[in-house]
Amino acid sequence: MPTQLKERAIAVIVNNRPDVLARIAATFSARGFNIESVSANITRDPAVTKIIITTLTTQDTIARVVKQLNRLVDVLEVKRLRRPDAVRREMIIARVPSAKAQASAIREIVKSHGGKAVHEEADTAILEFTGDTEELEEILTALEGLGMEDFARSGVIALERKRL
Amino acid sequence: MQQTGSQILFTALKQEGVDTLFGYPGGCVMDIYDELFRQDIRHILVRHEQGAIHAADGYARASGRVGVCLVTSGPGATNTVTGIANAYMDSIPVVVFTGQVPTAMIGNDGFQEVDITGITRTCTKHNFLVRRIDDLYPTVREAFQIARSGRPGPVLVDLPKDVIQSMAAIDPSALADPLPAEEAPANLEGLCEEALTLLRAAKKPLLMVGGGVILGKATELFRGFARKHQIPVVSTLMGLGAFPASDPLWSGMLGMHGSYSANMAVSHCDLLIAVGVRFDDRATSKVDAFAPHAKIVHIDIDPVSIDKVIRTHVSIVSHCAPALEALLRLSDGEGFKLAERPLTAWRNQVRQWKAETPLSYCRSENIKPQYVVEKLHQLTGGKAIVATEVGQNQMWAAQFYRFNDPNAFLTSGGLGAMGFGLPAAIGAQVACPDRLVVDVAGDGSLQMNIQELGTIVHYNLPVKIVILNNLYLGMIRQWQELFYGRRYCQCDMPETPDFVKLAEAYGIKGLRAVKPAEVKRVLKEGLDTPGPVVMDFHVEPEENVFPMVKPGTPLTEMSFGNSRARAVA
Repeated sequence: MPTQLKERAIAVIVNNRPDVLARIAATFSARGFNIESVSANITRDPAVTKIIITTLTTQDTIARVVKQLNRLVDVLEVKRLRRPDAVRREMIIARVPSAKAQASAIREIVKSHGGKAVHEEADTAILEFTGDTEELEEILTALEGLGMEDFARSGVIALERKRL
Repeated sequence: MQQTGSQILFTALKQEGVDTLFGYPGGCVMDIYDELFRQDIRHILVRHEQGAIHAADGYARASGRVGVCLVTSGPGATNTVTGIANAYMDSIPVVVFTGQVPTAMIGNDGFQEVDITGITRTCTKHNFLVRRIDDLYPTVREAFQIARSGRPGPVLVDLPKDVIQSMAAIDPSALADPLPAEEAPANLEGLCEEALTLLRAAKKPLLMVGGGVILGKATELFRGFARKHQIPVVSTLMGLGAFPASDPLWSGMLGMHGSYSANMAVSHCDLLIAVGVRFDDRATSKVDAFAPHAKIVHIDIDPVSIDKVIRTHVSIVSHCAPALEALLRLSDGEGFKLAERPLTAWRNQVRQWKAETPLSYCRSENIKPQYVVEKLHQLTGGKAIVATEVGQNQMWAAQFYRFNDPNAFLTSGGLGAMGFGLPAAIGAQVACPDRLVVDVAGDGSLQMNIQELGTIVHYNLPVKIVILNNLYLGMIRQWQELFYGRRYCQCDMPETPDFVKLAEAYGIKGLRAVKPAEVKRVLKEGLDTPGPVVMDFHVEPEENVFPMVKPGTPLTEMSFGNSRARAVA
């Protein structure tokens, strides 16, 4: 339905210039669009950056978002990353207390969700997980049960399954 | 050959064919002004940076060229923001050069430092901060390309002082990577065929022309198409002059203060071909009720405008000229026939609307502002370049000046910035020294950039200023009368200065009319006197602009106040 709000992902390929991220964000803000998550990094060409943005919009609005971004001088291309056509991933790293009593529970979560410990100290560990949004929500709930102290979550990244 | 940043800047300006700068010096641009001392480019020194940007804008609107503005950092730059937003809304090609503190000091709250690129990020087509001397030349060239290409717009180039003072060698023939050539869309002919198929089937076709046709320099092609198929034409505010008001097919300006015939034509047509318009809310009013019986063909250069407000049946993303050229060519064959009988009936209907309910006003013992504009039109042969301020003065100028030529009506349409008219008139006069340039102003608006009277005198610009003086912020007062139960609040300025004495203080001739019988004499004397003239017309204080369509209501629901018609249009 044209009026249904859904979280939609786009890839914005831009010139890697100092204020290009500010420009993209300013366009969203000025035009009343929202940014749910954003992930930006250079491509193999250091002059070109790829920014993946997820935004909560209707079908009509996402079309407008794409047009408004295409108008910007530093934007080279804007692509929709529709769910059937693209794979979506996110990553979290979380700090959990790793006292002896919890050790096996931690190992269990890591094993069952394909995570890994990326840093270990005497009494805390930092665990890394990747997955789609639903999987990460489950993992975070489980980690909270283990007394998770803090975590960092990346933006959504997505890639077309096939070359278009 | 090594050149300083300032020299490189002027080299680039010369390559771009810039002959005029509108500007105001300051600390961060001292070196540029020192170089200007040695150059022979013309520089108009204004009295407020807002005057500089509006003048560059008026220069661009009148000439079709890119207007150029030079101001210093900090307050100099922020004083141009209104004018930049104005150019952005109306798609006017201007390049604004702002000084900036040295690169090492950026971000440290230096003296006269502002993040002007941040501030203007969403009201420029693009902006640049030149951090390295090697980037200066290509950036300036790119700025001009961006300003004038596609949908034109303002571009700001921020110039840190140390970059301007550095030295580098450039190859003047080297151009920045040119923007992709502006090609017509691949399927232009196919889309035009679709549009023409709709035209063949239409019984009540209507053409709607906007500012894009003037910016796209496509007015001759547009006129050719309208006349070839004898299709009635309505115009937005920004399109006035693209199609002559003296032509039998002219059916008026549509919108909130549009004419009866235009609003009726749009509301009853079965095919609307809209060229170079963006379907702004002042033109469409209630969107759901806009052109309710029409299929819509929309030709515009900016994909953002297509399907933004109005659902189109055929949309053609193209410059107006190639699209109109294709439409003309494809409809040129022997076999191309429109439905003649229904079309004749439709043209007669539109003409009837025009004849029955023309734009009108009642006479009284006071001067009517509409009368002043009518007389101005008559005495100038309709050939003046008319800049307006904003509000009632703007609407009466649009309604009663009956423009026949493009690039002659300079008005702040999208932003509606009071104080635009006087500096815009200055820019237009500088661009067109042999033309008669008039600023139609309200007493409120004129005071917003009144200091530019100094610029007029400095350069002896023969701008004629026509003040419709009612001691009110007229449009505000009208809304308070019609929609706020006549609760007049802060819309009156009873202590407005004596504009004749004020003009004379600047060394400008001042004239005044207080009775209708004096209007013609004052206008004649003012227009015939060489040099700048201020004409102060004391007009009916509580005159309203009609027709009026209340916001959020259909264009067919026009109110006319109490005026009974005295035939005009």
